Amino acid sequence: MFRLNISKRLQSAHGAFNLDVRLDIEPGEFVTLFGPSGAGKTTLLRCLAGLEQADAGSLHANGTVWFDRAAGVHLPPQHRRIGYMFQGYALFPNMTVRGNLEFARPPGGDPRRVDELIEMMGLGALQSRKPATLSGGQQQRVALARALASEPVMLLLDEPFSALDAAMRLHLQEEVLRLQRHYGLTTVMVSHDLSEVYRLSQRVAVLEEGRLTRYGSPAEVFGSSGADGKFTFVGEVLSIDPADVVFAVTLLVGNQLVRVIASADEAAALSPGDRVMLYSKAFNPILVKC
Amino acid sequence: MAYDFAPLLLTFKLAGLTTLILCLIGIPFAYWLSVTRTRLKPIWETLVSMPLVLPPSVLGFYLLLAFSPQHWFGQFVERAAGIRLAFSFEGLVLASVLFSFPFLVHPVQSGFQNLSSSLSEAAYTLGKSRWQTFFYVLLPNIKPQLLAGIVLAFAHTVGEFGVVLMIGGNLPGETRVASIAIYDEVEALNYDTANFYALILFAVSFAILLTVYLVNKKMLAKVA
Repeated sequence: MFRLNISKRLQSAHGAFNLDVRLDIEPGEFVTLFGPSGAGKTTLLRCLAGLEQADAGSLHANGTVWFDRAAGVHLPPQHRRIGYMFQGYALFPNMTVRGNLEFARPPGGDPRRVDELIEMMGLGALQSRKPATLSGGQQQRVALARALASEPVMLLLDEPFSALDAAMRLHLQEEVLRLQRHYGLTTVMVSHDLSEVYRLSQRVAVLEEGRLTRYGSPAEVFGSSGADGKFTFVGEVLSIDPADVVFAVTLLVGNQLVRVIASADEAAALSPGDRVMLYSKAFNPILVKC
Repeated sequence: MAYDFAPLLLTFKLAGLTTLILCLIGIPFAYWLSVTRTRLKPIWETLVSMPLVLPPSVLGFYLLLAFSPQHWFGQFVERAAGIRLAFSFEGLVLASVLFSFPFLVHPVQSGFQNLSSSLSEAAYTLGKSRWQTFFYVLLPNIKPQLLAGIVLAFAHTVGEFGVVLMIGGNLPGETRVASIAIYDEVEALNYDTANFYALILFAVSFAILLTVYLVNKKMLAKVA
């Protein structure tokens, strides 16, 4: 059981706020920290890793004290046995793929683990290449393998898929899930991608302005608004074209193009570049400027 | 015309020893400058850079005063280590270390600063100590800057004249380095001997710098 109880003063573009989080994580659980940028997700992850210190509170991991402000305990990252996957991957440019993994292997660790990871992640053909010669997706796989090579008790992922295209993202999400289950690793991921959260996590912790506003399974956290069969999207107007008596509005929702029929009144209120809300009412799509 | 290799040998001995000492203290210092959060950092950086702008005679003058057996520093070194610094090879080494300090520290410091901080953080999360991280992750990834710093420091010591003149004088085999010998020979109207020293210094400096540029080009090409 991992018990987090952390508060830390943070500076953001909108002024200072307090990161204040209490969270219990079961061993083997996959938890996602979800929320807008600047809500304190990455800071929380860094506090878990020991790369930053909280102003107050404590961190307990399976009975070990990682951090306790009151008692003056701060276990350095070296002794926490965590696998941290950085947003930019942070692979060591001077080492080969295998070198990166070997470097991560703890002294006295299982020598077969590196081979196993290279095999499982399909890195065999790449093992003697340097990171700079790899594609983004390949680097991501190496970074994941390296984090696991250190035989961690906890895996921390900081927006692991943000730099990848949709197809690669899907493929690697499967990979992460497979490895997480294979090693039974307690995992905390930072994300602001809803589909990712649904696909991977058993629990979601929604962080807004440093506060934990909701915590539960993805269905519990996000399910309430979708349960009645309605949908709501926010998108950007790209173009408005007349089509017979109505107008066809092209929207960008997420990274997908959507064409929606709009009445002349609706279309008149819109212009390209507007942010709009798209929702359904009695099977009709409705567009409202927001 | 008497060809004497002693000044040339002395020059390269001085430059080699200076560079070695600089590596031992300059690289850790450059690392410290790149990570420190002290408010005194600008002061340290200014002090390191002073030899770039000061006339060598200014530095040489103060060193001469400090090295004198009457000065507490000169006295202290003489008593503690039995070394007289004024007009001696040891004094030249110490002065050269101070004088060439920025040439090593600047490129190495900027090398460390350009490395993403997540590299060392990644090594820490993988259980590696600060030392292991420094030797296996940081140093190998600033090889071009290290090479540039080492070569610049070496070449600059070879080319040193003003400081040596102030604190070393012109003692054959002790402080008579090639740059001083050239000046001396020209004054004595021995242009051929002066030319001999000058040509060798020119050729060696050219060869060293060319090697650096070629090696660095290769290293950069490998990364890209």
